[in-house]
Amino acid sequence: MIELRQLCKTFVLGDQPVKALDTIDLSIGVGEYISVMGPSGSGKSTLLNMIGLLDRPDSGSYTFENAETTTMSEPQRAELRSQRMGFVFQAYHLIPRLTARENIELPMVLGRVSSAERQRRSQEVMERLGIADRSHHLPKQLSGGQRQRVALARAIICKPALLLADEPTGNLDSHSGAEVVALLEELNRDGITLLVVTHDADLGARARRQLKMLDGRIDRDLTPG
Amino acid sequence: MNLLDKLLFCWRSVSRTRLRSMMLLLAMAIGVCSVVMLTSLGEGARNYVMQEFAFLGKDVLVMFPGRNETTGGLPPVTGAAARNITLTETLRLQRAVPAILKVAPVIIGSTLVSHGERGREVIVLGTTGAFPDIRQMSLDQGRNLHLDPGHKDNECLVGSTLLQELLPNQPAIGQLLRVADYRCRVVGVLSGRGDAFGMDLSDSVLVSISLAQQLFNTDSLFRVLLQVNTQQPLAATKKRIEEEMARLHQNELDVTIVSPDAMLATFDQILTIMTLAVGGIGAISLLVAGVLVMNLTIINTSQRTPEIGLLKALGAAEQTVLQLILWEAALLALAGALTGLLASALLLTLASVLWPSFPMQPPLWAVVAATATAVLAALLFAWVPARRASRLSPIHALYRR
Ligand SMILES: Nc1ncnc2c1ncn2[C@@H]1O[C@H](COP(=O)(O)OP(=O)(O)OP(=O)(O)O)[C@@H](O)[C@H]1O
Ligand SMILES: [Mg+2]
Repeated sequence: MIELRQLCKTFVLGDQPVKALDTIDLSIGVGEYISVMGPSGSGKSTLLNMIGLLDRPDSGSYTFENAETTTMSEPQRAELRSQRMGFVFQAYHLIPRLTARENIELPMVLGRVSSAERQRRSQEVMERLGIADRSHHLPKQLSGGQRQRVALARAIICKPALLLADEPTGNLDSHSGAEVVALLEELNRDGITLLVVTHDADLGARARRQLKMLDGRIDRDLTPG
Repeated sequence: MNLLDKLLFCWRSVSRTRLRSMMLLLAMAIGVCSVVMLTSLGEGARNYVMQEFAFLGKDVLVMFPGRNETTGGLPPVTGAAARNITLTETLRLQRAVPAILKVAPVIIGSTLVSHGERGREVIVLGTTGAFPDIRQMSLDQGRNLHLDPGHKDNECLVGSTLLQELLPNQPAIGQLLRVADYRCRVVGVLSGRGDAFGMDLSDSVLVSISLAQQLFNTDSLFRVLLQVNTQQPLAATKKRIEEEMARLHQNELDVTIVSPDAMLATFDQILTIMTLAVGGIGAISLLVAGVLVMNLTIINTSQRTPEIGLLKALGAAEQTVLQLILWEAALLALAGALTGLLASALLLTLASVLWPSFPMQPPLWAVVAATATAVLAALLFAWVPARRASRLSPIHALYRR
């Protein structure tokens, strides 16, 4: 599904170049459950953003579902993001003035899904994630766990093939964190490809495939059992 | 994303961040309102000047003693004339020049006018019935003064304001007023304001010319209004009158005759400057409003860079993001502009009630330009940061790095 070849990304901080991704080679198959760990600043988020087409590499190639993405135009990449990928961020990134339901429906609004269809799908997803009774609440009226579930609902509402989560439990207590993880894993069992960046060793260890990053390189690629 | 969804998105963003929207709306409204009010004020002043000096009809010439050879300047108001114009001369003039239809001699001064205990120093205008006729003044009650300047009765017309003070709540016609040392019968009441020479006649009395001659102990006239037959060319009539006056004054032309055209020509310069001033006021206030709108829009849009990043991450096209921001800015600006127009309409209505004589009215261009400036400034200055943000890679916008 995903092929990264010799991928590099360098940021310039001040006058100091930082190799956030240093010649990465990585293949990911459909339905995999992968955790990405490593010290702060090792390039985990950069890798995730690269795979999510949120950022462009300096060099190397990235094919997603057999299509080379580095040469794609921005609208093509946007199309791919909206159709095939879902994102969950540590800081939720919900729009504060929209209700839970409106936030969840946002990708469908952007994707010209009819209003009736939106209603049906958002209701279904909210029920599945246990937030149906919160549909008219604003993000600030929700707990952290509920917010992350709204963000998760938004990520999967367009039935993506790939779900990218950057420290999804980073802002949550262990209980709601565990709930969100359970939901992610359930989605993965239903066939979605899941990539989770985390600092939590226990959470990282749950994944079938575990990547460890160091200084922009993949230091270890484990598939236990 | 279809248009309805876009508008709905904008509406939610406007209606649910009420404080921010209100501030923006207020700024636009104040900008537009101030443009409209300032230009109305300027235009009002201009109209006021126009109105003040257009008090004479097209067929009225004004004659006064003294000659100002340097044409173009204002005519001398206090004629330190070589020779006076007398009542007798005006009668001869009228006989000699058939084009003159009516003659209203004017003597002006101020003196104490009283009735019983009530009294006050007011402007007294000595003339004949021809003056209210030429000026097309109407009477609330009674009749006009006698047309004949030789008429010896002491009679007067009282302005409406003065009447309220001297004879409150009692019949006025037939009452005797004391004008300095003379007694004078009220024969009529002037209605409304009725300006003359830039004065408000509602606070004055018009007395028979014979009484004014005694009052101010003078034979010389301050002004003479001449209503002429416009069938004949005004310039020719004016020349005829000048010749006749010169003949009466031992072949010396020492009077000035001003026609309405000349009058307006004199004020043309002033009016042109007024027009420019109105335009300048408008331009400055437009600029201020534009800058106000610009600042608020830039701040508003820049603050939303992370949101732009999110929309892009969710697959929104650059164009969609841009349109969302622009729609919102345009709608807010339009709402603000309409609020401003409404507020200025209210203020202008209020002003027209408070100062009915000051004709405040916004020039159409100011209304259009103010609204357009608000909307365009909002669009332009939303467009610049929105475009920059919408071109950022989503992740940069999202984390605003
Ligand atoms: N937009 C950027 N501009 C400049 N430098 C950046 C940018 N994004 C990332 N970096 C740098 O690249 C390196 C990798 O960053 P990245 O965010 O991928 O680390 P991370 O592994 O996710 O760390 P953390 O665990 O703290 O989230 C860091 O040194 C970071 O400072
Ligand atoms: Mg990170």
